[in-house]
Amino acid sequence: MAEKLNIKEFLDKDEQKDLLRFLTAGSVDDGKSTLIGRLLFDSKKIYEDQLDALERDSKRMGNAGEHIDYALLLDGLKAEREQGITIDVAYRYFSTNNRKFIIADTPGHEQYTRNMITGGSTANLAIILVDARTGVITQTRRHTYLVSLLGIKHVVLAVNKMDLIHFDEKRFNDIVAEYKNFVTPLGISDVTCIPLSALDGDNVVEKSDRTPWYRGQALLDYLETVPIDQDRNFSDFRYPVQYVLRPNLDFRGFSGKIASGIVRKGDEIIALPSGKKSRIKSIVTYDGELEYAFPPQCITITLEDEIDVSRGEMLVHPDNLPMMDRNFEAMLVWMDEEDMDTNKQFFIKQTTNVTRARIDKIKYKVNINTMEQSPSEKLVLNEIGKVVITTGKEIFFDPYEKNKHTGAFILIDPITNNTSAVGMIINRVDAKDMSIEESFATLDLPQLGIGQEHYNAIIKICKELERQGIPVKCITEKK
Amino acid sequence: MAENYKLSHLQELEAESIHIIREVAAEFENPVMLYSIGKDSSVMVRLAEKAFAPGKVPFPLMHIDSKWKFKEMIQFRDEYAKKYGWNLIVESNMEAFKAGVGPFTHGSKVHTDLMKTQALLHALDKYKFDAAFGGARRDEEKSRAKERIYSFRDKFHQWDPKNQRPELWDIYNGRVHKGESIRVFPLSNWTELDIWQYIRLENIPIVPLYFAKERPIVNIDGNLIMVDDDRMPEEYRKKAKNMMVRFRTLGCYPLTGAIESTADTIEKIVEEMMTTTKSERTTRVIDFDQEASMEQKKREGYF
Repeated sequence: MAEKLNIKEFLDKDEQKDLLRFLTAGSVDDGKSTLIGRLLFDSKKIYEDQLDALERDSKRMGNAGEHIDYALLLDGLKAEREQGITIDVAYRYFSTNNRKFIIADTPGHEQYTRNMITGGSTANLAIILVDARTGVITQTRRHTYLVSLLGIKHVVLAVNKMDLIHFDEKRFNDIVAEYKNFVTPLGISDVTCIPLSALDGDNVVEKSDRTPWYRGQALLDYLETVPIDQDRNFSDFRYPVQYVLRPNLDFRGFSGKIASGIVRKGDEIIALPSGKKSRIKSIVTYDGELEYAFPPQCITITLEDEIDVSRGEMLVHPDNLPMMDRNFEAMLVWMDEEDMDTNKQFFIKQTTNVTRARIDKIKYKVNINTMEQSPSEKLVLNEIGKVVITTGKEIFFDPYEKNKHTGAFILIDPITNNTSAVGMIINRVDAKDMSIEESFATLDLPQLGIGQEHYNAIIKICKELERQGIPVKCITEKK
Repeated sequence: MAENYKLSHLQELEAESIHIIREVAAEFENPVMLYSIGKDSSVMVRLAEKAFAPGKVPFPLMHIDSKWKFKEMIQFRDEYAKKYGWNLIVESNMEAFKAGVGPFTHGSKVHTDLMKTQALLHALDKYKFDAAFGGARRDEEKSRAKERIYSFRDKFHQWDPKNQRPELWDIYNGRVHKGESIRVFPLSNWTELDIWQYIRLENIPIVPLYFAKERPIVNIDGNLIMVDDDRMPEEYRKKAKNMMVRFRTLGCYPLTGAIESTADTIEKIVEEMMTTTKSERTTRVIDFDQEASMEQKKREGYF
């Protein structure tokens, strides 16, 4: 299979590779560092073999392989453990003939939720390690639940240390059955189970002859071929405007990253929240104009008509609108050392939009080991719950399940500026179902005895404040 | 023609970086792009040009000139900024320079601290920048593998690895109090190979020192140091020999070791890189000063 390439051919091929980001979950006891080390090292060996220019003594290369201390690759993390520093995620990079990979490695038992959520938010795939001797344990369930919460579409259950159970097919099948039983209700669409030994290399890079009963691929082979290009949402065009580009009087472009869907030159669009319609005049990039664009491309759109659009607003197709509301339900993960304070007004950042937000209600909190729900007054670090949130102005969103990029948000503490929580929107909530009264700041101008000649100026300021995410209600009529 | 909705890894990395750069320009009052004149900086600068095309980049480029950079770097910097219409700020610690601080007389630690770290911190304060882009990559050094794309700095520009903000999806938290700032690393997820590949595909100009050529070289404590001017002490200069070398990284000439090489094209450089076992920063003298030195420098505010 190994084809010999010269350097130019290698580069031309390398240029075409796509990118897979994956998360590894499991503790060091499960052989995670050994597995990562093997992927990093063995894959490197693979592509060096490919290079025609590499005329090295293959024997020496082989020896180097024998002496690789996989733990060394992770020594940055080890040092941290000794110093008692909590780090949540370290990124590692490798590539093979067919793909580039970014591993989000989340170490440690402590603060698992925060670590995994941080590392997994951009992952296409998660590898969940289990020890073949112990099988599916509480930790496995916890990892899998978090993976499902993040909407990661592909999961590999890596049943490691098969050498210690003599590559017993029945034991492997039992673990798989137990896992599938548990994972099916969580709705993860693609689950692949691989029996392996990270230490000996069975089914990691090469298929092992010690598991003749296993019909699937070796882990690396799977990682290289699992199709991920259909994982993005290509159906609902969402374009959060990030930056308004006005280099001169003749050009007004709206720069942004396509969150989802496909846009073509000539498409009719509607700007939210203004509701003004226009057509796509051009899709501009540094490298020339495009006929169409798709996620996650960064482009600049110009419109046929002069309509006013600012950062935080959204361009969509008129026949396919996102939800527009100030109230929604979400799964919230608390990331802050400071406990949740439901009296606090946070800043919410969702797409390019920033506004004020308040946590109105905690419907329940989830025990991530048992998935049981229980009532709660607040969430503390690493806790997950279903909450209802009210924002200071209308935001444009979709359920996270349908659209990660418009369904995700963060809550920022206005005093510490820390990212206190992260959330995944489930659905909108009817305001009339909400028991909580308006608690945003109100200026009753007649009551304050402010002269009518100042009303316009005050209303203008309030509008600007709302734009900045600090809504103030202005009452101008006498009650 | 069938439409294709797939991006290559480089296109995906490019999009990620452009998104980050625009996000900072939109949310911060006074950002700046730190420019080291190296290959990573060259890529970052091109990405900024792409982010705002056909407009101009809405923030300046700043080079902290330690006064000991290779002459070819300074020439390249000035020509590039002029050609592409950049607003270029150059700042140096002139006090220390006038006092004669340099690596030969004061050692690399004192020199780096005064001419790079202090000069940078002074310049950031002087212009009150609230966000500074840097070209660092996570694959380049262990302490960077765990750093955020938005790296929060306190009033003293210090980084606290224990106290990093969670960073999820592509939602960046850019809120800072007055006097605080962030360093932004739009190339976080690029590898060294990605950088070279991108330079090759996009025809991005880089300093010629990256390509092999005969240069006057002295071996100082195992490092191949190029004689770039006569501030190098005579005792070293007289030992200079012409050697076929190139540089894998660029910095202050007395602190940047060359490697023997005949690679005079990007293809040959990549070929050499892939068959070499040493990581790219091993030619940087400054990393060996003290234990865990990069992490230490970062905490103090150096990049």
